[in-house]
Formats: sequence, structure tokens, C-alpha cells
Amino acid sequence: MSVTGHDMRTPLQRVRGLGSARSGTRHFWRQRLTAVAGIPLTVAFIFVVLALMGRNHAAAVQILGSPIVAVVMLLFVLNMTYHMWLGMQVIVEDYVHNEFRKVALLMANSFFCIVVGIACAYALLKLSFGV
Amino acid sequence: MVQLTLPKNSKITEGKVWPKPTGAKNVTEFRVYRWNPDDGKNPRIDTYYVDRDDCGPMVLDALIWIKSKVDSTLTFRRSCREGVCGSCSMNIDGTNTLACTKGMDEIKGTVRIYPLPHMPVIKDLVPDLTTFYAQHAAIQPYLQTVSPTPQTEWRQSEADRAKLDGLYECILCACCSTSCPSYWWNGDRYLGPAALLQAHRWLKDSRDEATGERLDFLEDPFRLYRCHTIMNCAKACPKGLNPAKAIAEIKQMMVERQV
Repeated sequence: MSVTGHDMRTPLQRVRGLGSARSGTRHFWRQRLTAVAGIPLTVAFIFVVLALMGRNHAAAVQILGSPIVAVVMLLFVLNMTYHMWLGMQVIVEDYVHNEFRKVALLMANSFFCIVVGIACAYALLKLSFGV
Repeated sequence: MVQLTLPKNSKITEGKVWPKPTGAKNVTEFRVYRWNPDDGKNPRIDTYYVDRDDCGPMVLDALIWIKSKVDSTLTFRRSCREGVCGSCSMNIDGTNTLACTKGMDEIKGTVRIYPLPHMPVIKDLVPDLTTFYAQHAAIQPYLQTVSPTPQTEWRQSEADRAKLDGLYECILCACCSTSCPSYWWNGDRYLGPAALLQAHRWLKDSRDEATGERLDFLEDPFRLYRCHTIMNCAKACPKGLNPAKAIAEIKQMMVERQV
């Protein structure tokens, strides 16, 4: 919040800036939605991990490939990567103030979360359908 | 990125140690931030010794005592000396508060005083609050109506009036906004707890007819949603108000009109 001597705009002009973005609530709501969904899904995820511990590959494929486990794991992965996407976006907006760097990091964040989400989903589907 | 270190010309140096009052038995040490825009030097910390038997009990009393008896160049804002005007807000003993309502006996050992954090300093303990006041002006803190103005006053039930308690008492001292990390990092776009508490005061007012427009103005990832419920604002407020709760209620209204 630097107030430079050369800035001849009025303080109110600076505060009003480019105006309201007319968005933000949807982002806020989805963050809460995915957080709440994350509670039961994480519990389910821990149960699945415990069930997988010490099993060999074939047994793991069998567990992860069963319809209920696969659907729950798919929901877990997609919910968590979406939550991660939203959360990281907020962190970048909070701390990165250089416009170029901010846009680049927001893009990188989107790419990373989508790649992680799709890759995990693909792995689960491949186990389920065995193709 | 966020600046974690002070720029070179803002690095604080050790300042002058002013003489102890002679013959005083009850002395408290004060370490006070000093910066003069005219001498071209870095800020410094001056040390003063206050004779507690010769001055009032509050931190503001001590500052006035220093200014009149030791160092007349010490600069700070003050007016009402009873927690009503909000002028003497500063960082005392690590917390933003009003010097006039903070008792010296509440502080153990040396009293450390700085200007409100993360604001441009005009001189010594006087911060530049221009942007802060503009943020308050931006939320349009006055009654807005479309209906024809009644012959007498706009009527309000006692229950609706009670909804403004805990909101109208704000004295705009800026203790909350300048204690908020979100406001430190994004104070140019985030309105800050004080302005948002006032925004909520007008959103809650049963007589106001511009609720939708007010929410439209706040519907923004930076203006409103930089609040991450850190709660420093509620902790700092010398009037015991809770801006964090007010902001949460604005978010609730936002969700309410969408979901």
C-alpha cells in the first residue's frame, strides 16, 4: 500500500479501483463445500489405505477395482484436487503481488491440479476396468 | 512477493537515551519509535524514563508527560483522552490499542511503543490513514433510501435497533485493520475489518434500502474475501467489538442470496 507523492488520483479513486469483480462468493462457497465433503471422504480414504497395507499387487487391484471403493476413491481424488486448486489460488492471490508472476502462478496452479486430478482418476479407472 | 524485511531506509537504529528524572522513585522505562521526515535519517528507538508519581496512570498520560517535561519533539495524535475519539491508536507492548485506555500497570517492565503497523509513517507515532479513511468512505456509511422521506424520522423497531449494537460503537481508530495480515499484504484492494464492520452496520440497518447495492459493492475476491478469519481484529479492538464476526455475517448474506 504505497502512497507515492506522484500519484495524483484521489484516495477514493484508488480504493474504488476497477470496481467490484462481482464474484467471489461462489469460490468461497465451493471452498466450504469441498472442505465438508473432504471430511467423510478422507475417513474413507484412510480405511482404504489401511485395508491395502501389506497386501500384494493383485489384492490391491482387487480392492481398488471394486465399484464402491473405486467410486469413493474417485470422489476423494477429484474433491481434494479441486479443494487444493481453490486453496492454492487464494494463497497466490494473498502473497504474490507482481501481476505477471501472479497470473503465471495461477495458471501453473490450475495446470498442476488438473493434471494431478486427471492422472489419479485415470489410474483408478484403469484399475477398475482393467484395460 | 510479500516483503519480509524492511527496506534499507526503514531499518530501525538505536536512538537517544534521555536522562532519568532526578529524585524520582517510581520510574518506568519507555522505548518509543521516532522518525522525522525532515532529517533524512533512519527511524530510531528513543529511551525515556517516566516519573510515575508525577503523571497519570495511562500510557497516553506518560506520552504527554514526556512531551511536556522531557522532549517536546515527540509527535503523536491525541484528543479526547477517554477512548471516544480514536486518535491515539498505536502499537503498545506488541498490541494495537488506544494509549488513553491502556494502563501502564497492565504492562510488565519496559513499555514499547510503535506507530500502527504497516502504514506509511508521517512522523514518529503518526501514521498516514488516508487510504483507511477512503475505504470507510467507499462503503458509503450513511442511510440510503428510495422511498419518499417521511415527515418525521425513519422508524425502526427496538429489536431492529438492537441489531446495530456491537457495530455502531466503532470509533475508526484503525487498530483492527492495521493488525490484520490480510490488510498488510493487500491493503490496497482488501477493505479491511474496520470498513467491513461499518459496511455490515449499514447492511444490518432495517431502515436502509440499499442492501443489495451494498452487497454488490462488496462481492469481490479482494474487497471482502481476503478475510481469512485470522481474528487479530477482534483481539485488537480497544472497544471490544468483533469485526471478524461482522465479516462472517456479510459472507453469510452473500451466500444467502445465491444459495
